[in-house]
Amino acid sequence: MVENTNLFTRAQVHGPADYGVPLPEGSHARTGTPYKSYLLGKLGDAQIGPIYLGGYGIASLICGFIAFEIIGLNMWASVGWDPIEFVRQLPWLALEPPSPEYGLSLPPLNEGGWWLLAGFFLTAALILWWMRMYTRARALGLGTHIAWAFASAIWLYLVLGFIRPIAMGSWSEAVPFGIFPHLDWTAAFSIRYGNLFYNPFHMLSIAFLYGSVLLFAMHGGTVMATSRFGAEREIEQAFDRGTAFERGALFWRWTMGFCANAESIHRWAWWFAVLTPLTGGLGILLTGTVVENWYLWGMKHGLVPPYPETGVVDPAAALQGGGQ
Amino acid sequence: MIKIVAWFIGLFALVLTGFMLFTAGWERPPIETQQSGYRGTGMAEIINPRVDPQRLEAQLAQVPELSPLTPDPGVPRAGDVYQNVQVLGDLSVARFTRLMQAITEWIYPEEGCAACHQLNNLADDSMYQKVVSRRMIQMTQAINSEWTSHVGATGVTCFTCHRGESVPQYTWFNADPATVAADGMVGWRNGQNRAAEFAGLSSLPEEPFSRLLEDAGQIRVEGRTALPIDGDGPSIQSTEWTYSLMMHMSTSLDVNCTYCHNSRNFGSWESSNPQRVNAWHGIQMAQSLNTEYVAPLSPVLPPHRLGATGEGQKINCATCHQGVAKPLGGLAMAEDYPSLWGDAAPQDVAGVDDDVDADADALASAEEPVDLEGSGAGGL
Repeated sequence: MVENTNLFTRAQVHGPADYGVPLPEGSHARTGTPYKSYLLGKLGDAQIGPIYLGGYGIASLICGFIAFEIIGLNMWASVGWDPIEFVRQLPWLALEPPSPEYGLSLPPLNEGGWWLLAGFFLTAALILWWMRMYTRARALGLGTHIAWAFASAIWLYLVLGFIRPIAMGSWSEAVPFGIFPHLDWTAAFSIRYGNLFYNPFHMLSIAFLYGSVLLFAMHGGTVMATSRFGAEREIEQAFDRGTAFERGALFWRWTMGFCANAESIHRWAWWFAVLTPLTGGLGILLTGTVVENWYLWGMKHGLVPPYPETGVVDPAAALQGGGQ
Repeated sequence: MIKIVAWFIGLFALVLTGFMLFTAGWERPPIETQQSGYRGTGMAEIINPRVDPQRLEAQLAQVPELSPLTPDPGVPRAGDVYQNVQVLGDLSVARFTRLMQAITEWIYPEEGCAACHQLNNLADDSMYQKVVSRRMIQMTQAINSEWTSHVGATGVTCFTCHRGESVPQYTWFNADPATVAADGMVGWRNGQNRAAEFAGLSSLPEEPFSRLLEDAGQIRVEGRTALPIDGDGPSIQSTEWTYSLMMHMSTSLDVNCTYCHNSRNFGSWESSNPQRVNAWHGIQMAQSLNTEYVAPLSPVLPPHRLGATGEGQKINCATCHQGVAKPLGGLAMAEDYPSLWGDAAPQDVAGVDDDVDADADALASAEEPVDLEGSGAGGL
């Protein structure tokens, strides 16, 4: 029989439900009776629940729902409440930030006010979810690495929608909430500020993003390739000889001359992932505030190779007699 | 179970592949590319040899056969023989009649003279079509005499836009104010966030023309200095208007951004192709024609010719270009009609060459490679 050994978990254990470690004093209880899902067990752990939401989780879901509703209902209203058009045009629809004439003042509700409100509730939802991650990690006696990695993504989100617009003095600089519209914003943003590809922080962010992907593939590939020797049992592996871990490390020393170890590969991956939005956010924050045109800035600092000029002269300058 | 899931995933992938192949303007390879700028800049024209030449050929096939230009007898003059000939009165009757026949073929091949004229009194101005035609003849003369920076020596005729239709196929109306209004509590969209017909089906502003091809709005949005200047620069919003206009130009001419621009720095003239200068004059021309000729005709138009703002259709790049970089492949139809050149009319055109090779010339000039000497030969 043909067996798929790549996509899905190969073995599922269906035993008594795991209720985990006891929670500290004063925690909400986990709710729901756990059950097993065979199909989800193909992708991850088969057990669903019990679920812990807690105060932060519930508050976050409520704020997220409000933001989702503000965005969705505005999109629906923009097609005259037509359900078919709403589905048909959904990728094009958006909730727009205020026009430039409003600056940082509070615009009327239907001219960007809803955008501010949606942004407020979405930000609240994200920060509350971050607090939930932090406190849950602490409650389990874990480190807070995941919360800080999430904070890095929240940083980029805040730079785009809050910090940079304030630095520029206009909400209109911010990103619309919409699928294609936010992509058009990205392209327009790059064109307006002279090509983001010449922004060194954008370069760093791309390097970390692609680096994250590469490290993830290398790590995942190594673990799966060595799983027949029990690579998923990390702790025992780290101390014993001749194990999956040792074979994995040897493989990379053979092919690359250098290898991560069981701990450092995760440090590499974590930092690459965290630095992607961290550097990206810096690049966005500097755009328009500190640098007006990244291409010209790159030219000025020897970052851009000069190509031969085509000899074309600005016709507007030529008409005014200001041309060469 | 797993088999069912696998089949389901396979089917889903197949459907997606089908969507990719048969929607969204997907074109099968091979696609020809023609370098148009310095190596490594990605400046190249992309030509689908199965689509692009056929489009031009189909358009050229619509060009009506008309009587050739013959030596001008000079007299009698139309203004002396006919009444109410306000624009073409200086023409000899022979030339005048020839032009009227041509206009009929170019614009009203089915309806004929009666589309503009009261047949019992040809001089009568009661039909709005006649009033519009008169102004459009003046516009054509203005284009050919004042806008050689854009139309060059090729010039335009009524057919360049009309192609046998009473109203050119590609025009625009001022956006319905409801699309930009912030009436009510919710749903303001600022004239964008729809599959924008003029902007390559992006979510960019749907109608950038009233700002940028009628009013002389700010098209140049890219920062011009390395470091910020004092005061507010162009907004992201106005950048999106410009972007929308550029998408329109790209689709109207069936060219990509790098036909004119070096995309690593869109605003820089020093690294642009010469076509950008021509396009710049085209924008000025469109602004001028919409303001001076097209928009002022709205009051004479009947209600069914008016848009949501009570104004008639106006022109943009597609009105003439119709998906071809040089309208009709650069076919020099106008040289046979000296009266359409206004003040720039050639003095004696009796000896104008036969135009039998015009179609071949047009095709040849459309395929003419862009001169690379200036841009590529310098070397690094």
